[in-house]
Amino acid sequence: MTDQMPQTPPVEDWTSDYDIFDPDYLTDPTLIWDDLRNECPVAHTERWGGSWLPTKYDDVVRMARMVDVLSSTDPIVVRPPENNAGDPNAPESGYTQAVNAPPISSDAPVHTWSRRLILPAFSPRSTANHEPYTRALCHQLIDELQASGDTTVDAATNYAQQIPPRVIARLLGIDEGMSEQFTDWVRGVLELGLTNPPLRQKCRDELREFFMAEIKDRIANPGEDLISELLAAKVDGEPVDLLHVAGTCNLMLVAGIDTTWSSIGSALWHLATHPEDRERLIADPELIPTAVEELLRAYSPVTMARVATDDVDFNGCPIKAGDKILMNFPGANRDPEMFDNPDEVIIDRQQNRHVAFGVGIHRCAGSNLARMEMQVAIEVWLERFPKFTLDDADAVTWAGGQVRGPRFLPIAVDAEAQVPGATSVTT
Amino acid sequence: MRIVVDSEKCEGHNRCYSLAPELVDVDDYGYASAIGDGNVPPELLEKAQLAVDNCPEYAITLVNDDGTPAES
Repeated sequence: MTDQMPQTPPVEDWTSDYDIFDPDYLTDPTLIWDDLRNECPVAHTERWGGSWLPTKYDDVVRMARMVDVLSSTDPIVVRPPENNAGDPNAPESGYTQAVNAPPISSDAPVHTWSRRLILPAFSPRSTANHEPYTRALCHQLIDELQASGDTTVDAATNYAQQIPPRVIARLLGIDEGMSEQFTDWVRGVLELGLTNPPLRQKCRDELREFFMAEIKDRIANPGEDLISELLAAKVDGEPVDLLHVAGTCNLMLVAGIDTTWSSIGSALWHLATHPEDRERLIADPELIPTAVEELLRAYSPVTMARVATDDVDFNGCPIKAGDKILMNFPGANRDPEMFDNPDEVIIDRQQNRHVAFGVGIHRCAGSNLARMEMQVAIEVWLERFPKFTLDDADAVTWAGGQVRGPRFLPIAVDAEAQVPGATSVTT
Repeated sequence: MRIVVDSEKCEGHNRCYSLAPELVDVDDYGYASAIGDGNVPPELLEKAQLAVDNCPEYAITLVNDDGTPAES
């Protein structure tokens, strides 16, 4: 949220002093990437602990594959806070503040087996099992919006943000009523906390304690959920360490929530500002899956990070051991050398090797789930609110850094045109 | 014409499976493989080309019956 982002000195030179939390970068980074691709395709900054920023598709993809020297052990775009959150008078956290969220925060060999543990839960077939619930949930949310009688609704907070926390909670066998708390924790860890170390530490510690308690509960009362599955799993004949299980649960929450709600929010922002695309999707809903891929390309939410484990020369850039490199998937997806008319959303784009979910061995494990949630969320919204526009373009706020998407999205819905729910909701 | 999935390159994006489920299947982990011998009937050629053109890992190719790469 731009109003909650820190005040930082203005950027004078984006090639050597870029700021991923700069208001211009949050609102629309595309012109900045264009300039960087022409002037300095791998930029550098000392801000936020220092990092490198590739902007060309080929460079981002090549770096994502350099897993031998670019480690995933610290995938957050800013450095972890000190254990006292940078305040010498603050109490020390009992935990290390480096991310523990395997497989996303691991390299081979841990990455290999820990990824295999979770992939079946996110296969296309497993994901399809969550579709009816997701659809009913989207209808229920719109029932509530329509019942409110409001002609302007915040589609970010009251729609997009409500969907992924509940889907993930269900997957983990956790009460849906926790979804508000999940949202606060995730924003604390991945959004607001990135520039607010005490908040990040507090949320990380609370999350870990919450999951350790859930794990103890599942040990006593196993269920049909992912936590129980992880606890029952064996790797080389041994059960998985409980802290590893907690880390993977942490990943489900932190990676599965604001990423997807950001994508849903950006998609609705696009459709609210591009009536021709909205009308085309309503006339031809079969285009929605292709449109979702194109919206993912154009408004890719996620930037990941790698840490160099050795000095490496990359196209003449002297990356040193310990340096952070930002996996700028959103920028790669706007590279004109890879995509024709990259800044144009072509909802039936035929050639689209976008890397919104990353590329290589760390491809987003939950991509099928995210895709399903996006498709259903857009389908149901268009079905129930066939006519809508942005109420106040200047009022929209964007979060960014690690995950970019709208956080306040006032959409004017045409009350005359809205379609009431056809069925009662069963979950 | 046959569709070929390079299992060394596939990272389980499932783009091909969603675009051409008649030609490609995925296992429980999401990794893709060609169905049967990968034969692409003429009516599915367009879908096969979409599967090729949307794979971020360049794991999918079309080959002629004699094994040479097909012109796209």
